[in-house]
Amino acid sequence: MNLTLKIWRQKNATSKGKFVTYKVNDISPNSSFLEMMDILNESIVLKGEDPVAFDHDCREGICGACSMYINGRPHGPDKAITTCQLHMRRFKDGETIVIEPWRARPFPVLKDLIVDRTSFDKIIQAGGYISINTGGIPDANAIPIPKTDADLSMDAASCIGCGACVAACKNASAMLFVSAKVSQFALLPQGKIEAAERVHNMVAEMDRLGFGNCTNTGACEAECPKEISISNIARMNREFLCSKIGAPKVKEESGGF
Amino acid sequence: MTELNSKIPKGQLAEKWNNYKAHTNLVNPANKRRLEVIVVGTGLAGASAAASLAELGFKVKNYCYQDSPRRAHSIAAQGGINAAKNYQNDGDSVYRLFYDTIKGGDYRSREANVYRLAEVSNAIIDQCVAQGVPFAREYGGLLDNRSFGGAQVSRTFYARGQTGQQLLLGAYSALSRQVKKGNVELFTRHEMLDVVLVEGRARGIIVRDMISGAIERHAAHAVVLATGGYGNVFFLSTNAMGSNATAVWKAYKRGAFFGNPSFTQIHPTCIPVHGDFQSKLTLMSESLRNDGRIWVPKNKEDAEKIRHGKLQPTQLAEEDRDYYLERRYPAFGNLVPRDVASRAAKERCDAGYGVGETGLAVYLDFSDSISRLGKNVIEARYGNLFQMYEKIVDENPYKTPMMIYPAVHYTMGGLWVDYELMTTVPGLFAIGEANFSDHGANRLGASALMQGLADGYFVLPYTIQNYLSDQIRVPNFSPDLPEFLRTEAEAKARLQKLMDVKGNQTVDSFHKRLGHFMWEYVGMGRNAEGLKKAITEIAKLREEFWKDVKIPGELNEINPELEKAGRVADFLELGELMARDALDRKESCGGHFREEYQTPEGEALRDDQNLMFVSAWEFTGENKEPIMNKEPLDYEFVEVKQRNYK
Repeated sequence: MNLTLKIWRQKNATSKGKFVTYKVNDISPNSSFLEMMDILNESIVLKGEDPVAFDHDCREGICGACSMYINGRPHGPDKAITTCQLHMRRFKDGETIVIEPWRARPFPVLKDLIVDRTSFDKIIQAGGYISINTGGIPDANAIPIPKTDADLSMDAASCIGCGACVAACKNASAMLFVSAKVSQFALLPQGKIEAAERVHNMVAEMDRLGFGNCTNTGACEAECPKEISISNIARMNREFLCSKIGAPKVKEESGGF
Repeated sequence: MTELNSKIPKGQLAEKWNNYKAHTNLVNPANKRRLEVIVVGTGLAGASAAASLAELGFKVKNYCYQDSPRRAHSIAAQGGINAAKNYQNDGDSVYRLFYDTIKGGDYRSREANVYRLAEVSNAIIDQCVAQGVPFAREYGGLLDNRSFGGAQVSRTFYARGQTGQQLLLGAYSALSRQVKKGNVELFTRHEMLDVVLVEGRARGIIVRDMISGAIERHAAHAVVLATGGYGNVFFLSTNAMGSNATAVWKAYKRGAFFGNPSFTQIHPTCIPVHGDFQSKLTLMSESLRNDGRIWVPKNKEDAEKIRHGKLQPTQLAEEDRDYYLERRYPAFGNLVPRDVASRAAKERCDAGYGVGETGLAVYLDFSDSISRLGKNVIEARYGNLFQMYEKIVDENPYKTPMMIYPAVHYTMGGLWVDYELMTTVPGLFAIGEANFSDHGANRLGASALMQGLADGYFVLPYTIQNYLSDQIRVPNFSPDLPEFLRTEAEAKARLQKLMDVKGNQTVDSFHKRLGHFMWEYVGMGRNAEGLKKAITEIAKLREEFWKDVKIPGELNEINPELEKAGRVADFLELGELMARDALDRKESCGGHFREEYQTPEGEALRDDQNLMFVSAWEFTGENKEPIMNKEPLDYEFVEVKQRNYK
């Protein structure tokens, strides 16, 4: 396959970026998108120029490092995968592909396609945990948990923290990310103890960091490589409301909101 | 030769760890606040250690090269984590988990360490459940288990095919809580370049800020390396692209002995290599062997036809298939340990029965399970793995059998540590995959997660105190001491040297060539001739690298090529040590298979008389031969036998 690539190049956080056009030839349709980028970079290095910097690590869709905005969509055209799982067979010979970094104010570009996502860590630090120390824990089977709750919690916990939801959202909202963590714990008895405080603190931190609000467009859910459901946002809103009014919580039904 | 003191506590096996805990020195709360600990790495071992030490009151600094601690490669572990809970009432016990691990490791690990590992395994599950890790459950609300290789019980806890992710996110949440409390200072996108010794003790590290390129000096009372394994020396492996050996290699060069460097695990079920451009290999969880049956065609002609696309695997009649694991190992069948399964696949493919375009693949077939249990059950168990496979290979594994082949996955070797997880450098600890570990010559599936978390949550927080209790009068170190300045200058000079080569070949091209030598000569089947060849070829390649590597960009910016170059430079040295160790170990055991030493049936043939020891290599200087020290393995409680999975 022969392809034309329009890639966002930006030297560092303070400099101005621009699109640069590259050609790559003889790409196997079986190669992954990032392997195609490797081939491009190899040729750039041999020319003595600066290769395209991008985040990537596990290359099997679980670490959440890769973060390319491909032809106007986070992680490219396929559903339910990350950039590293995208394969070139998904593109046509001769196609032009536009590659950009995530674009959101709380994710400043560091270089080329690399953005700073430490704001996500800060949100987790604000309350994305159950406050227990190591040791002195009762037996794991001491608290039975309905399978449906455990499964729903697992659905939410599948989030890989890549930030595609923010990149896809016109408001740069992090609500899908935050609600996934809030839901994972809110659905489990262990997590209910601090539920009110947790949702309050995480939402406050999210706001402080400059992420936008949710206007129910659903782009986050559509682009999430792990198909995290937008019903988590509804659950978070309810948790948030309850945390404010102190009302007893509505009984959870399996299957989400 | 240096006498190695493994510091194994006296007494009966089951009492050793309790005795140790009862008598070890502790640090009182007021003193803990004054003591600083550096933890390098934020995977299962690093994050759990950093969080647990901070909870105890120590001041912790935690480093990772990724942009977030949550991305450490533990995240990619799929299948599960073992524990001796015996929730299934199928006869499991701490002793049985201990025994299976010792046997699985082909009697090349330390009894006392392995017993401790089995002992603390149950507490790990309790801990993780309390953290909110959503393990799979039964309809009654209790935890579910599945089986893994090398065991006849179901003791593996799992969270779909994402167990590593969920356990890591648990440890990450505990770590995040301590960051918020100010007990852990986090340094992301920081890569460790060297360890700093002051008067023979580890007192700090030199790191590079990967955004600004600044070289920094960081001091502490003790340094813990939780930097993972070195499978990427093979270029193609299931490791993450950034996984590297620089931290452990620099520690080795500062005096920490390197244990069993040649012990590499080749995982039997990975997606086969498909082209020169390939950047990494993807694992298909061992858990698939619960429901998948492994086979190749019985006749070479059929294999040939399948390779050329003239015959579909689904068209081949049952009697024309060779379920070679079930045939050779009826007792364990498809659930033999990884080393056995990998070698058996290689044997069939080498003999000409392999499938796939290259002939380097075997089938993992789910059709029996799908007809027995229904597609829905298989989908619920392995859905994400099947989806991953389909994305890469472009074939539907529900309809046509998966193709798999062995690939480098894990390194049992690593820094030699004593019972307290301390290396031969006082104050320098190694935990998780970074140490030479409790897995001997072969690790059982779902035991890496167990060991990483055992070390980080339940072992190191005790054992490091025995060291630190001695350090309470030592004031905080200044990173401006001459030792720090000198080590920093050396690290800077090395980076400058790399930049100054200005050659013609890319870093990856060297890495691929190294990987080729390693796979050919230091891979699944090794022999003296090949290993000698590897040693000379790697030395030549290293020389060429330092003369002709091409690194664009500058030192003081984000420079991925420079990062890779530093790591590959270390792999080029480590690869040679692996070959030396493999050459020296004139026996076959676990993942180390020397073709000269096998039984008539082609099984690994150990030499317990002469080789029942841990090889602990000592650095003696650049371009000088390292010294091999031995830690004899004393089997007090277990009868050492030829492994038998038949």
